[in-house]
Amino acid sequence: MNELRSNACQRLEAAWEVLRQIPDPEVPVITLAELGIVRDLRETAGGLEVVLTPTYSGCPATELIQDDVRLALAAFGEIKITMQRAPAWTTDWISDEGRAKLKAYGIAPPGPVNLAQGAPIRLVHRASLTKLACPRCGSENTEKLSAFGSTACKALYRCMACREPFEYFKPL
Amino acid sequence: MSIQSIKVGASPEVQYLLRVGDSCLILAQRISEWCGHGPILEEDLALSNMALDLLGQARGLLTHAAKLDGQGHDEDQLAFLRDERQYLNPVLMELPRGDFAFTQVRNFAVATWLLLLWQRLEHSSDAEVAAIAGKAVKEASYHQQHAADWVVRLGDGTEQSARRMVEALATLWPYFNELFDADAVDEAAAAQGFGPAWSELKTDWQAHMSEVLRDAGLTPPKDSAFVGAGRRGIHSEHMGHLLAELQYLQRAYPGGKW
Repeated sequence: MNELRSNACQRLEAAWEVLRQIPDPEVPVITLAELGIVRDLRETAGGLEVVLTPTYSGCPATELIQDDVRLALAAFGEIKITMQRAPAWTTDWISDEGRAKLKAYGIAPPGPVNLAQGAPIRLVHRASLTKLACPRCGSENTEKLSAFGSTACKALYRCMACREPFEYFKPL
Repeated sequence: MSIQSIKVGASPEVQYLLRVGDSCLILAQRISEWCGHGPILEEDLALSNMALDLLGQARGLLTHAAKLDGQGHDEDQLAFLRDERQYLNPVLMELPRGDFAFTQVRNFAVATWLLLLWQRLEHSSDAEVAAIAGKAVKEASYHQQHAADWVVRLGDGTEQSARRMVEALATLWPYFNELFDADAVDEAAAAQGFGPAWSELKTDWQAHMSEVLRDAGLTPPKDSAFVGAGRRGIHSEHMGHLLAELQYLQRAYPGGKW
């Protein structure tokens, strides 16, 4: 019995090891686990159940991510994928390693989520936005070009010091 | 080969969910018409991204509506196989995309309305609705902020941009009434704690609208007595054309998959 249990543990540990390596399809420099969208991994009768949470409601990579996970874990039997919305994903779940990798890749990592978000709505005037440091040269002399970049999760900025454009992973 | 249209049941929960879900779906379709036509590349991307968010929210709501409806339909069947009178979005959502000013005024009005609605739906008695709202509320606040920036920039911009904003506001104003109209479906949903009666959102919506219009140097038009009836399935002449494009593929190639 003990042996069975420890076998099951080892199997889960091995599956986690595989799961931890899967890159995000849109920002391949970080993994799904570092992005904070892998919520759970459980044993089922014929295989494993992976619980994922979507980043944005309309993220077009959602189906691709599910396929990637299924493919990577194929050796572990039947893979059931459960999408769980609540609690809603937040950029606060991106790990420190993930943030460091984003920055090295040229994407400014998200700041902490404003706790007041969701409370009475307060429109922010453009001029009062906090300054964001350029991920390349570190200068805070940057400006927002657009709230939406190449994907819904990123905004587009440019650095006035080194003149390079860069993306900002928006706090959500 | 023709394909049978489907109908949904009359339960207040299903009707309520479709009113919101169809709003997201139909506005997503309208906004996505800007893809490849935005005035600048950044805005083209922004509008496409917001359309995607709305479509994602619609998927969640339609999937849940289909489940509560209990006829074994799925999100795709609800999105593509209903006839016009079965869509329950307010008429505002289906109006043609118009010029950029029109699009931004409508986006600001709808994002503000959806944000207030999602905030209330986060406390829905239905756990799935609350979960969908918990995600959507964050997205809607970015949409609202983005559209507000444009309303101010265009209203307080050049003579031409200000003139177009005044025209857009005048055209759209009467259609906002339907977003706050009370009826039996609404009351039933509110009584069960399923979702707020839309009329409860009006005061907050007006406060946001006044603040941004003031910053934009624009004056709210005079109120109109017109109330659209899209929530009861009675649409404008634009809806059929929109649906023809939206549904074409599934009607021509039933069950076709991506």
